[in-house]
Amino acid sequence: MKRAAVFVLIVAPVVAQVGFDRIRNAEREPGSWLTYSGDYNGRRHSSLAQINRGNVSRLKVAWIYQIPAMHKVETTPLVADGVMYLSEPPSNVTALDVRTGRKLWSYIRRFPEDLRVCCGQVNRGVAILDDLVFVGTVDAYLVALDAKTGIKRWETKVIDYATGHAITVAPLALKDKVVVGVAGGEYGIRGFLDAYEAKTGKLAWRFWTIPGPGEKGNETWAGESWKTGGAPTWVTGAYDPEMNLVYWGTGNPGPDWNGDVRKGDNLYSDSVVALDADTGKLKWYFQFTPHDVHDWDANQVPVLMDGEIRGQKRKLLVTANRNAFYYAIDRASGQFLLGKPYVKQTWASGLDDRGRPIRLPNTSPTIEGTHVWPSVGGGTNWYSPSYSPKTDLFYVAIREASDLYYIGEAEYRPGVTFFGGTHRMVESDENYGAIRALKPTTGDKMWDYRLHSATGAGVLSTAGDLVFAAAEGTFFALDASTGKLLWRFQTGGMIGSNPMSYLSDGKQHVAIAAGNDIITFALD
Amino acid sequence: MLARVAIFLFPIRLILAQDTNPHTSPVDIEHGRRLFDARCAGCHGKDGSGGRGTNLAQPDLPRSSNDASLYRVIRRGIPGTEMPSQNLATDREIWQMAAYVRSLGQRPAEAVAGDAMHGALIFKGKGGCRQCHTAGLEGGRMGPVLNGVGARRGAAYLRQTLLDPESRVPLAFGFYDVVTRKGQRVRGIRVNEDTQSIQLRDLSDQVHSFWKDELSEIKRLAGKTPMPSYKSVLSEAEVSDVIAYLVSLKEVR
Repeated sequence: MKRAAVFVLIVAPVVAQVGFDRIRNAEREPGSWLTYSGDYNGRRHSSLAQINRGNVSRLKVAWIYQIPAMHKVETTPLVADGVMYLSEPPSNVTALDVRTGRKLWSYIRRFPEDLRVCCGQVNRGVAILDDLVFVGTVDAYLVALDAKTGIKRWETKVIDYATGHAITVAPLALKDKVVVGVAGGEYGIRGFLDAYEAKTGKLAWRFWTIPGPGEKGNETWAGESWKTGGAPTWVTGAYDPEMNLVYWGTGNPGPDWNGDVRKGDNLYSDSVVALDADTGKLKWYFQFTPHDVHDWDANQVPVLMDGEIRGQKRKLLVTANRNAFYYAIDRASGQFLLGKPYVKQTWASGLDDRGRPIRLPNTSPTIEGTHVWPSVGGGTNWYSPSYSPKTDLFYVAIREASDLYYIGEAEYRPGVTFFGGTHRMVESDENYGAIRALKPTTGDKMWDYRLHSATGAGVLSTAGDLVFAAAEGTFFALDASTGKLLWRFQTGGMIGSNPMSYLSDGKQHVAIAAGNDIITFALD
Repeated sequence: MLARVAIFLFPIRLILAQDTNPHTSPVDIEHGRRLFDARCAGCHGKDGSGGRGTNLAQPDLPRSSNDASLYRVIRRGIPGTEMPSQNLATDREIWQMAAYVRSLGQRPAEAVAGDAMHGALIFKGKGGCRQCHTAGLEGGRMGPVLNGVGARRGAAYLRQTLLDPESRVPLAFGFYDVVTRKGQRVRGIRVNEDTQSIQLRDLSDQVHSFWKDELSEIKRLAGKTPMPSYKSVLSEAEVSDVIAYLVSLKEVR
């Protein structure tokens, strides 16, 4: 046993090839973290169990790497063959020796000064495939780097940044392609999802999240509003290799709070789309919030799992949407199976049989302000949920809060923000945050770990029956079955990222970006 | 749109289109009024006479001597205060609000009766205010520091606070009663709090730190404050003098 481990250690860095089969079978090598969510299912679950309920109280810092960055750090590091790959805001990439935290190489990108990024020049991570590392940039390029040296192999201009496009999403590498989306829902862009040939950077396909004239769905946009309708794709999706379908969430229609200038359902904003991975052709879609006027992007990581609903075992896509409803959808057909509020909401009396919300009157933004739950931030947001096959629970960082929604003028000018209103959070004793565990096949709440302030960080579940999460600068571990607090560490920095786990020297580590630091923990 | 926290990091347009307000027609002012009533009046009052926010119904606004600076204050808010930014509004909407705010200053200003000099003496002496509040360089730390309170709050709001403090307790003000597992009881003002810990300053100015799992009881005295009502302590004239003194505290240190 021991000899085999040493052998792997010596040989692995020389191999350094993360082929599609390795990512596809990520559960076979839990010591690596090969894609944004840990696997194609979007589960953010580690099957490592060295760190568990019994010993997590002994978790200590292994090393800290400080990122020389001015912007928020949202990255999820990847780990493969002894190397940690991470993006650094705005769009740089660094490779670290995973044993020591010492740098192997960095790719530093120069930027124009007039960037347009609505909410911080951030980046959520890189993708890896074969011997290449991929990063999307805030000036809307996709860049491929040599995984061993960081030397740029190719770069492709995805779109012009001057019209408000940017790339902040971690790309998803699959088969021989790299799938990447765009941000810009606050700039009146026309959203899309792209796939590029991994070897060359050539565009393989583009799926417009807003159909053009003559295409089905274009009639859901009044007049010319489809041209500036938003529906960005700024959070990484999931992939089912058996069905060869890519699942991706789309963002808010633009302008955010003034729906008068874009009457109709506004397809495919606030939706999840299922696309053929080879061609980008739409297999099905499900729209969570038709004609959204509250900025409730469906930019959450879709989670793929199997479970029994309505007396039948099914392949599911589950998601806690920003609009306050939890959904289970048949991921083969797109059929709506279940929808239920998981946080307080006051905008819909419920969902109909097909999952369409039954909207309550007087919930649209007004000049005077309309009070609606949930807030603009939503029941949850971009930060990742997690599904543990061991506990069969879905974990999500939630926010109970409301906003006053104001309508404002909506005049489109290229490269200028296009909000059509504003909002203000309503201070209330009822506001709080929590790490919430839901039963995925019913949406029932199983437990809450209540937070003093709602968090902007995601969760990781592990086979050690733990859920890792963060709030108020504290990184902590909960009992995955009960939500009881088992360990905590105050990092001293704001945490707006997602945890991940890997093996180094045969020991399980858990890492998270906090403040400007990547901090990794192991048992002493 | 990203998470709420991200909205505050939204890069603000730094270059102004112009230095003078291009949207000052009666129609603009009327639309500015509607926007003001919805977004600003909650703190500044329907007529801009102040409250939780400063009195805007005056010809000279200390932070906004010209149109460009008024635009900036509305657009960016005032960092370090409760004045939020309007960074999602369009340029025209900001100018319309600015035009309405300027129109408020054309009305006769609310006179603050009272003798500020005498109010300062009451503040230090009979009122005992310095036991808890710092004004200038001296005073206690239990209550909010009052330097600059005259620029933040309106006179009517201050009067109400003085006479009936519990009618005006801000949601963020945490007055707590906690009991440790060993049976020690501490009552104090929250200095900081997160999910797992809380730090309190007790009435004798001592700071206590607790992990919440060390406490058997955490009670928030919601809507309560250690500040007494001055209704029966000071005469009506003395209350006016103290208000005049507080309104004169414009400078933040």
